[in-house]
Amino acid sequence: MKRIHIIGILIIAVAIGIIMSTASDASVYVPFNEAKARAQEGDDTKVHVVGRLKKDAKGHIVGMKYDPMLDPNYFSFVLVDTNRVEQQVVYYNPKPQDFDRSEQVVITGNMQGNTFVADKILLKCPSKYTENEVKVETASL
Amino acid sequence: MVNTLIGDLGHYSVIIAFVTALVSSFSFSFAANGNALDGEQASWKKLARVAFFVHVLAVFGIIFCLFNIIYEHRYEYHYAWSHSSNHLPVHYMISCFWEGQEGSFLLWIFWHALLGLVLIKFAGKKWESPVMAVFSFVQLFLTSMILGVVIGDLKIGSSPFILMRDFMTDAPVFQMDPNFVPKDGTGLNPLLQNYWMVIHPPVLFLGFAATLVPFAFAIAGLWKKDFSSWTKPALPWGLFAAVVLGVGIMMGAYWAYETLNFGGYWNWDPVENAVYIPWLVLVGAIHTLLAYRKSRTALRATFILFITSFLLVLYATFLTRSGILGNASVHSFTDLGLSGQLFTYLAAFVVLAIGLLVVRWKNIPATEKEIATYSGEFWVFIGAAVLCLGAFQVLVTTSIPVYNAFMGFIGVKTNVALPADQIAHYTKFQMWMGIAIAILSGTGQLLWWRKQNSGTKLSEVFMLPLIFTGLFTCLILLVSKMGYFERIDNPAYILLLATALYAVFSNLAILLGVLRKNVSIAGGAVAHIGVALMLIGILFSAGYSNIISTNMSGMVYAREFGDEINRDNVLLWRNAATDMGPYKVTYKGQYLEVKGLPDYVNKQQLFRIEDEFKAIARGPLKDGDKVVYTSGDTVEIYPENTYYEVEFKNRETNKVFTLYPRAQVNPQMGLLASPDIKMFGTKDLYTHVSTIPDFNEEKEWGELKEYQVKIGDTLFVNDYVAVLHGIEPAKDTLLLNLKPGDVAVQADMQVLGERRTYHAHPIYAIRDRMVGRVPEEIEDLGLRIMLLNIDPEKGQFTIGINTTQKDYIILKAMEKPFISILWIGTIIMSAGFVMAIVRHYKDGKGGSSKGPKGPAGKVAVKREKQLA
Repeated sequence: MKRIHIIGILIIAVAIGIIMSTASDASVYVPFNEAKARAQEGDDTKVHVVGRLKKDAKGHIVGMKYDPMLDPNYFSFVLVDTNRVEQQVVYYNPKPQDFDRSEQVVITGNMQGNTFVADKILLKCPSKYTENEVKVETASL
Repeated sequence: MVNTLIGDLGHYSVIIAFVTALVSSFSFSFAANGNALDGEQASWKKLARVAFFVHVLAVFGIIFCLFNIIYEHRYEYHYAWSHSSNHLPVHYMISCFWEGQEGSFLLWIFWHALLGLVLIKFAGKKWESPVMAVFSFVQLFLTSMILGVVIGDLKIGSSPFILMRDFMTDAPVFQMDPNFVPKDGTGLNPLLQNYWMVIHPPVLFLGFAATLVPFAFAIAGLWKKDFSSWTKPALPWGLFAAVVLGVGIMMGAYWAYETLNFGGYWNWDPVENAVYIPWLVLVGAIHTLLAYRKSRTALRATFILFITSFLLVLYATFLTRSGILGNASVHSFTDLGLSGQLFTYLAAFVVLAIGLLVVRWKNIPATEKEIATYSGEFWVFIGAAVLCLGAFQVLVTTSIPVYNAFMGFIGVKTNVALPADQIAHYTKFQMWMGIAIAILSGTGQLLWWRKQNSGTKLSEVFMLPLIFTGLFTCLILLVSKMGYFERIDNPAYILLLATALYAVFSNLAILLGVLRKNVSIAGGAVAHIGVALMLIGILFSAGYSNIISTNMSGMVYAREFGDEINRDNVLLWRNAATDMGPYKVTYKGQYLEVKGLPDYVNKQQLFRIEDEFKAIARGPLKDGDKVVYTSGDTVEIYPENTYYEVEFKNRETNKVFTLYPRAQVNPQMGLLASPDIKMFGTKDLYTHVSTIPDFNEEKEWGELKEYQVKIGDTLFVNDYVAVLHGIEPAKDTLLLNLKPGDVAVQADMQVLGERRTYHAHPIYAIRDRMVGRVPEEIEDLGLRIMLLNIDPEKGQFTIGINTTQKDYIILKAMEKPFISILWIGTIIMSAGFVMAIVRHYKDGKGGSSKGPKGPAGKVAVKREKQLA
């Protein structure tokens, strides 16, 4: 066997390793129920949840807590996922400024006890920059 | 008045450009296949050239028309309306040009047109026709993207010359009056209002366009079955593409560092990755090409890599413009419904290019001999393989949204998402790629050097660089241990540091050796030193980025999750100093940018009027010592951006500096915060506001408290002491529009704040027997003072005072050690590339000389360890 073949085999091996590792690192879009089920099984990997903010009959957002004077790094809100399951979410960062106007929220994190701790929030706002965007088709949508 | 002429002119130019691209592509291919003897070739070539020249003129015509629409504020056109506005300075109008998809396609087309002209002039008899056939063929596809023709249900391209009334056919205003022209546009995305955004896109697209050149040469080589000689002209072009694309990427990184607030220069966003991937492959291709030029090996790999790099550019275009990334990316273009068309092109090029490669595969000469392990070429080849694996890794992850879309397309629902911790995911691979590249570049270069000086012993070549590497690694670790900067104790980081230093010293050794003989061949060594420095810069700035704005107030909402939670943001009350890292930090007020003044102006010095782009100066506004505006002057302001003055005072040295992080409350995009950065020799201090009190909410004033006072009396408001010094005729009456017979007086009051004394002059006016009052607001103290009533008989005055929440900002600040090494490394790398281009261009011209080839290999840059 020539050296070039050994190198070829090595490259393919590394490539396969990359694919396997990506598959294991990749996160998933899940509803809250599944996020809870994962946490109960002791699986603390981070997941994506897509949802909307909880609003009352008048369209006001309900259950949002942010008091920068007390703690600028604590923001908590209620998210309703696509299965209409409500869940309290805590985000240890300042509240994103355009949060109130968002139509859709994607959060990344995991369940810890009764709260979902998010470390990333992605907002879809009804703006000219995003209104035409096609959302990625996912199972949870 | 709707001006349809300019749009029609533009649209016809697009059609002409499309048709001429078609003609020139066919004629060039006939010329390439034609027989030189019977003159058939010459006449086809003549036709093709004429068609291409007309094509270039048409492209200029399109650009002229589109720019005219933006420059003249022709808001009857959707492109101007949606990307520009009346108050936009001219240099940002240039950015508007390519903010939209159509304009950025146009920019790409423009570079192709120019490069095409250069190739017609310089490619030479042999290559002009096949190369230009490929070029025109690509132009055909690109121009069709802005064609804007609808046939039945099929939409081909999106025209930038579409009128508002045709774009929004349902809008009632256009149904009532088709000639309605909006007064103002919706403006340029504020994040793009940055000088880097004027220069970064053209550079990046020039890089894209330049990638086509070596691709076209490779295809031409396969087509004409001339598998070897295309490599000579392709080499300088490949180097050119790599340096331009690399600089374009780094400009984007610098823009992100300066303008966005995710805390760094690289975020592993799919849009960034999409450009990074082809660049890595392109650099790999250059390496295999050099190996081939030197020792006739790796020709097949060179074909594969150049072709792949261009296909990856097309894939990048598909990713960022088809809308397929959806919510996976922060800054993709809006979807124009062209994903089908984009996919068709991508597929067409993949099939055609790979098909041709497969057909010719057997004919491509390959060497049967083994490459010696101690030859430079062997390590160059391994280096190219590592680069490609690095590119492959980023590609596999970045394409995750594509898998979902594809599975959805064939009817299977999947829910795969990008890794939750992208930085950790990419770092895991890219850092090791960096280490491998550093080792390989040093070793490969030294082995090549040994070959040049045949007879030198292996140990002799490696001795000095290894000694220096060991020495400096120990030195740096020692210094870090002594606490001069962050302590380096992560073994992987130590390895990266050591290997990068090894790459620096081995290339430095070569450079010093070369300098004595021939400077012009030092490009490779210089570029490699640049890359190694970039690795070091990334290691420190990202690996040891340190947040200093830790919330030490001790007040936390909930401790349910222990102390591990984030406390990275600090609330700063106006004028109250807070300790942060080595500094005492004070937020001191809000500032605006005023036209004609280099410094920002405190909002309190400006009286805002109805026209939000103008304000009246309340006192002299100075540029240094020179008074530019006096009290009462109307000044032009840029109202969108508010700058927050934050003073940093070093507690030990007492040195003071001020930063002005910016925030913009944008009706469409919410809060857009941009950092302000203080650069020190060894680190950057990077700060941005995270949250500000909501601009949209009116200030809530407390209950009005009334005080009966006489002149000289003192009153206590909210812990502040205020004194009424007297009553005087009102001075600041400019805004009252007083007429003869009206009376206006003002109170002369003094309020003692924490840091300084404030003067307040609330006005009391009588006009047509009506009482008018102008309150004075002291934003610093959160006070609003009014002169409510005057009782001349008793000499008593009624002062009314409201208080409000004091102003605050929430700030995040971090230190990024040695980030300057990254930028310096970028510049050195680019310089090395340019040296190599000059040399290989001359080499290509000289033709025969097979002298010592430039040190193989320009290595990849990784921006791993980006702690966002």
